[in-house]
Amino acid sequence: MGEVSLEEVSEKYYDVLKEIGNIGAGNAMTALSQMLQSKVDMQVPQVKLLELSEMSEMMGGEEQIMAAVYLGVEGDIAGSMMFLIEKASAKHLISKVMMGMAPEGDDFTDIELSALKEVGNIITGAYLNSLAVMTNMKIFPTPPDLSVDMVGAILSVPAIEFGIMGDKILLIQSKFFDEVEIDGYFILIPDLESYSKILASLGIPVD
Amino acid sequence: MSEIIKVGMADLKTCKSPDGITTLGLGSCVGIAIRDPVTLVGGLAHIMLPDSTAIRNSASNIAKFADTGIVELVRQMELLGAKRSRMVAKIAGGAAMFASARSDIVQVGQRNVEATEETLKKLNIPIIAKDCGANYGRTVIFFPETGEYHIRAVGKAETII
Repeated sequence: MGEVSLEEVSEKYYDVLKEIGNIGAGNAMTALSQMLQSKVDMQVPQVKLLELSEMSEMMGGEEQIMAAVYLGVEGDIAGSMMFLIEKASAKHLISKVMMGMAPEGDDFTDIELSALKEVGNIITGAYLNSLAVMTNMKIFPTPPDLSVDMVGAILSVPAIEFGIMGDKILLIQSKFFDEVEIDGYFILIPDLESYSKILASLGIPVD
Repeated sequence: MSEIIKVGMADLKTCKSPDGITTLGLGSCVGIAIRDPVTLVGGLAHIMLPDSTAIRNSASNIAKFADTGIVELVRQMELLGAKRSRMVAKIAGGAAMFASARSDIVQVGQRNVEATEETLKKLNIPIIAKDCGANYGRTVIFFPETGEYHIRAVGKAETII
């Protein structure tokens, strides 16, 4: 594809990427609903191509504390993926998963962190699985890693990955409701070559 | 009234005492604070990547890279009357936010720190304090008046280097 940047690809194929994001987020919510054994409603996800600073702002500023699960993507495509939720939402999800056994308090205990990592693992796994089914490609996640920290610091990781290629990040914001409203954010970071592979597998020639 | 000037990611700013300068949520990035203790001119760069020569289209934003960003910061400080021979630097950041992520990404924090040290060495600017590495984010505030570099992290007491 010559000297095409990630940003150009993202803009040109925005509708396709948006649809991939939609389906992936839908699948992720189904998995979450099964895990929680309760109904989880979701709005149509917002897919945006954003500068990093805009992304931090959207999540409440660089110092907003968020929980993020980050994992590598291997197989027919290469890259990584991140799922972020706000700290209070993370607390809520954990308490549901642990069936009310989660300890009170503002900080996360080891067992809560481990539960949160598992939630993130299932959500991202379902997302990637739907991408694999859609594209008929082999896509494997590497073991996830978790960080609860300032969102600016967390986003520096995908920013650097994107920064190697372009300057904007494709963000999929998925609002879902269980008893409370939860904002979840997906960031899929395929390398440029993987982008064209994904598009080609969907029958879209990349020129 | 003094103010605190905000520096974004892949950005740099200068200021003069009594103003301060800050950048929020440094992760793998490095915050390089430079000061001329005589003119009390200060500057802060928030770099993301070590090396502009390794990247295509790197000219788009020189503040993004350690090699070009620091040189530009020093140039802008000199325009405000700072002298390079007097400049000293303090650096913070370069964390590995995720331990098990792809190894090239994990190491970028450390490579950012190394590239920063190298560039400052080439410019003959000594590093007099640093708080780098580990696995957590940092917010930094720099005051050229005193040279104090305040570092805040989630769940930790504020430190001054």
